[in-house]
Amino acid sequence: MANVQLTVNGKAVSADVEDRTLLVQLLRDHLGLTGTHVGCDTSQCGACIVHIDGRAVKSCTTLVGQVDGANITTIEGISKGDELHPMQAAFRDNHGLQCGYCTPGMIMSAIDIVNRYGADLDEDTVRHELEGNICRCTGYHNIVKSVLDAASRMKLSIAAE
Amino acid sequence: MKPAAFDYVRAETLGEAIEVLAQHGGDARIIAGGQSLMAMLNMRLARPKVLIDIMRLRELDRIDSTSGSVKIGAGVRQAALLAWPELATSLPLLSKALPWTGHAQTRSRGTVCGSLAHADPSAELPLALVALGGELHLRSAGKQRKVAAREFFAGMMATARADDELIEAVSFPSGNARCAFREVARRHGDFAIVACAAVATKDGVRFAVGGVADVPTARDWPRLEGSALDDALNGFAHELDARDDVHATARYRRDLVRLIGRDLVREVLQ
Repeated sequence: MANVQLTVNGKAVSADVEDRTLLVQLLRDHLGLTGTHVGCDTSQCGACIVHIDGRAVKSCTTLVGQVDGANITTIEGISKGDELHPMQAAFRDNHGLQCGYCTPGMIMSAIDIVNRYGADLDEDTVRHELEGNICRCTGYHNIVKSVLDAASRMKLSIAAE
Repeated sequence: MKPAAFDYVRAETLGEAIEVLAQHGGDARIIAGGQSLMAMLNMRLARPKVLIDIMRLRELDRIDSTSGSVKIGAGVRQAALLAWPELATSLPLLSKALPWTGHAQTRSRGTVCGSLAHADPSAELPLALVALGGELHLRSAGKQRKVAAREFFAGMMATARADDELIEAVSFPSGNARCAFREVARRHGDFAIVACAAVATKDGVRFAVGGVADVPTARDWPRLEGSALDDALNGFAHELDARDDVHATARYRRDLVRLIGRDLVREVLQ
């Protein structure tokens, strides 16, 4: 057993967990943040992606001990109250999801992509950068459309701030 | 719980990591980014009793460029190497191959040395290391040694690293701009069905293949062209002893080695 202290969606969290606890298990089983999904457990599908210190990471292949002291953001932490994050709004408006299983991971990946590329984002880049996220419903087309739409919305909202 | 139980030790000094490793030997595993090892633990293909985390060791998180080689510490993540401003000029082969290693979301955690330690026969970094003729820096209690890439990879996911040794860094020879890389995989970012690298040498070309034999394998050839090149590639393709698996037949793999090989060798010998 070990005590870990980290920040999750802006709140300080302290947990006593077994050494073998995965980050995704801490989030889902201990903190009740079930928006982050488990797909493959082997870092292939991307359903479990969260942000660790601002970078998209697969939480199924990250041990809690490795992120002691880190700042974690999950899908639950990106909206402002009832106001959706621009990426969430773009997925809704562009029909970027069907069953929804991959969506939290897609959105967390996509926010990281927009943060890194900003205005330079084009369709090829989005498709290439989303390789770590698997969707079995949409055929990706509307997901890519959503990310590109959100990229322009996020640019506007950054400019407005 | 996915992985079997283990004790997690976050090393605060390199000395501590080596001491714990010396104590537990084969029962311990080093964890860095965890992008290969965590999947093995989750599937319980690996069941170490002790896991030693080396990612808080600042001295391992560095890239040192000297004349003729680049030394990459065991704490350097793949994303950090990809973002290194000198990559394209110092390590042009890696700037071509590294984008094929996993995805952005695994490169953000996974390390360069971790992929080498894992020694998957179809992984890009071991292939690049063999193609360039780099070496691993290994350290155990009271001992340091260097192992050349060709000796390091001993078999499928097996290396010459002793149980009490830690990979401290890897050195890649730098500067050779006449190089080429190509890979065929089911999806970009998946492990390669066949991955090939070619590097111009003093007398000709070195051609290396991953994903076919148990280890990435290279051949040094003089300047070959025409049917001499075809014969050399055909001979090499058969020597690699390709096998059928769920992803591709042995024959398809040999075809890829011959076809990609011809393109890449011509490209670097131009």
